Amino acid sequence: MKHSKMKKFASIFMATTVLAGVLAGCGATENSGSSNGGSGSSGDTIKIGGNLELSGAVASYGSSINDGAKLAIAEINEAGGINGKKIDYIAVDNKSDNAEAVTAGIRLAEQEKVVAMLGPATSGNATATVQTASQFKVPMVTASGTAETVTVDKDGNVNDYAFRTCFIDPFQGIVAANFATEELKAKNVAIYMDSTSDYAKGLAASFKKQIEENGGTVVKEEAYVTDDVDFKSTLTNIKSSNPDFVFIPGYYEEVGLIVKQARELGIDVPLMGADGWDSPTLVDLAGADALNNTFITNHYSSGDPDPKIQDFVSAFEEEYSKQPNAFHALGYDTIYYLKDAIERAGEEVTGETIQKALAETKDLSLITGTFTVDEKHNPVKSATVLEFVDGNQEFKSKVNP
Amino acid sequence: MEWIQQLVNGVSLGSIYALIALGYTMVYGIIKLINFAHGDVFMLGAFIGFYAIARWDMHFIPALILAMILCAVIGVIIERVAYKRLRSATRIAALITAIGVSLLIEYTVIFFRGASPEAYPTVIENTKIEILGAQISVQAIIILVISLILMLLLQFIVHQTKIGKAMRAVSHDADAARLMGINVDNTISATFAIGSALAGAAGVIFGIYYTRIEPLMGVLPGLKAFVAAVLGGIGIIPGAMVGGLLLGVVETVVSALGYSLWRDAAAFVILILILILRPAGIFGKNAREKV
Repeated sequence: MKHSKMKKFASIFMATTVLAGVLAGCGATENSGSSNGGSGSSGDTIKIGGNLELSGAVASYGSSINDGAKLAIAEINEAGGINGKKIDYIAVDNKSDNAEAVTAGIRLAEQEKVVAMLGPATSGNATATVQTASQFKVPMVTASGTAETVTVDKDGNVNDYAFRTCFIDPFQGIVAANFATEELKAKNVAIYMDSTSDYAKGLAASFKKQIEENGGTVVKEEAYVTDDVDFKSTLTNIKSSNPDFVFIPGYYEEVGLIVKQARELGIDVPLMGADGWDSPTLVDLAGADALNNTFITNHYSSGDPDPKIQDFVSAFEEEYSKQPNAFHALGYDTIYYLKDAIERAGEEVTGETIQKALAETKDLSLITGTFTVDEKHNPVKSATVLEFVDGNQEFKSKVNP
Repeated sequence: MEWIQQLVNGVSLGSIYALIALGYTMVYGIIKLINFAHGDVFMLGAFIGFYAIARWDMHFIPALILAMILCAVIGVIIERVAYKRLRSATRIAALITAIGVSLLIEYTVIFFRGASPEAYPTVIENTKIEILGAQISVQAIIILVISLILMLLLQFIVHQTKIGKAMRAVSHDADAARLMGINVDNTISATFAIGSALAGAAGVIFGIYYTRIEPLMGVLPGLKAFVAAVLGGIGIIPGAMVGGLLLGVVETVVSALGYSLWRDAAAFVILILILILRPAGIFGKNAREKV
């Protein structure tokens, strides 16, 4: 009896010591965490993280941004780094998943101790990461998260540590609507949107508002959900309403099938989408023929004659032997956007100082346009309209805000 | 004519469900197991067909046959490795094993080739013909014809051949069949082989018709085919065909009425209704439980 009591006591004692040890350990990491926040930059390198979709449904976006970012980093490091410090880039795969994006963000901020990170490519994943960014005071810049809600919360307050390199959805929707009425003379339009995506809903809403202001009519509004493969019955419905233009905000995986099936059903009118269409997979899924007479709004075009863009295109082709798409350009630009801010951040490069510098960015000239950051952390910049011709994107026009 | 068009859409979708449902129903009929790995055999069939066409430059029909043969082999392996030793175990144990096999197949594929989707190459020129004002693609017609041929072939095997007779006997009473000198193990393997071959064919057809394939593509069609099998009366072969076609048409009608977001829900509402109102399914006889 006594013996077992002793044993019990011993085990409690042991447990307490172990627990205390763990707690002390925790305290220690936390301490070193805050002091190390500086150590990421006080050494010879500046640590920048990449929280990107390297696998999963939208892997094409994340890996493109990653490639673009790596090119920019190689250029910067070759030219001597930022204020003499080389960039150390750590990319983590968030598997195109909201929860994984949060985990990746925590890992970058807590374990890798980065001073800034490239945020996830899609609006949904980027929004999920915002809280982590503010919690660890590590600014997150999403290259292509276009939904308004990434940088602004539901009540309209700015998320201090969230930034983006791209324009926002309402702007894309307006550009698409104006293009439809002015260039294509569309009067009766149909909208077919991905109802599970904030991005698509935002685009559809602003497109609808603008097209009605332009005197057009929305004759049919239909929706699908991510991962659908059979769109024929809904498309048949759309066809029977005889639209002369169909706006399809969504991502390439479904849009590729929608475009293919629409053409199979004999919907020959112009179809239009936004930057979510921009992926080589779209051409594989839909087929080059079906994509003729379709348009997208996008961040940039490799066919733009601007010499700055052409320099980037040739540098990119040399490195990866392919044409850069908009996500490559945005990833590239995001690194230069961060570089510009880090240079202005002053002596002590920390998440806080970079955050301030990012918010004060002015007239920064990048590949995807020249921009100034507004009070909602959105860059004010131009959009490009592209047309698909035999599977290739051709430059159509550039629209300023 | 919008409604003819919608009917064609529905029957095309339904024939894919029907092909998958046949495998479910045959396996259930013979060993009373709901083989949840069946949807993943369908996925494997789609990938085998894809690699055969895109990488090894095979034509559509040889690729289809290759996918069917390999899926049949995979089906038999699954049965021999995972289910055979559980034949006398409780049904819930076998069911859980089936879910395990399903996850194993999905994530093995993801491990080897990643989760990103593939686009099926165009193998059938996609010309359209107009019938009564509806635009019907030649692809849809060829797919329908192939599905019909496979279903007729199955009917022939089950009713006119020796192995079909053995299958019917085993499904009626395995012990009595064994006493009559029928090799029950081989018959069950044959059932898995035929069911899996049909799922493999459905996979290739799905790939050609809907273009996009990915490692988790079998989950939802698998569940829908299960609903189709229950709708027709699980264990009854003509029931699976009718159930599949009916489900395809119902889903299309739901979308056509403008409730496209409710389409997946419709399939499962049908499952619930059929289980409440007529658990034996459309073709099922209300058989009394044998004591």
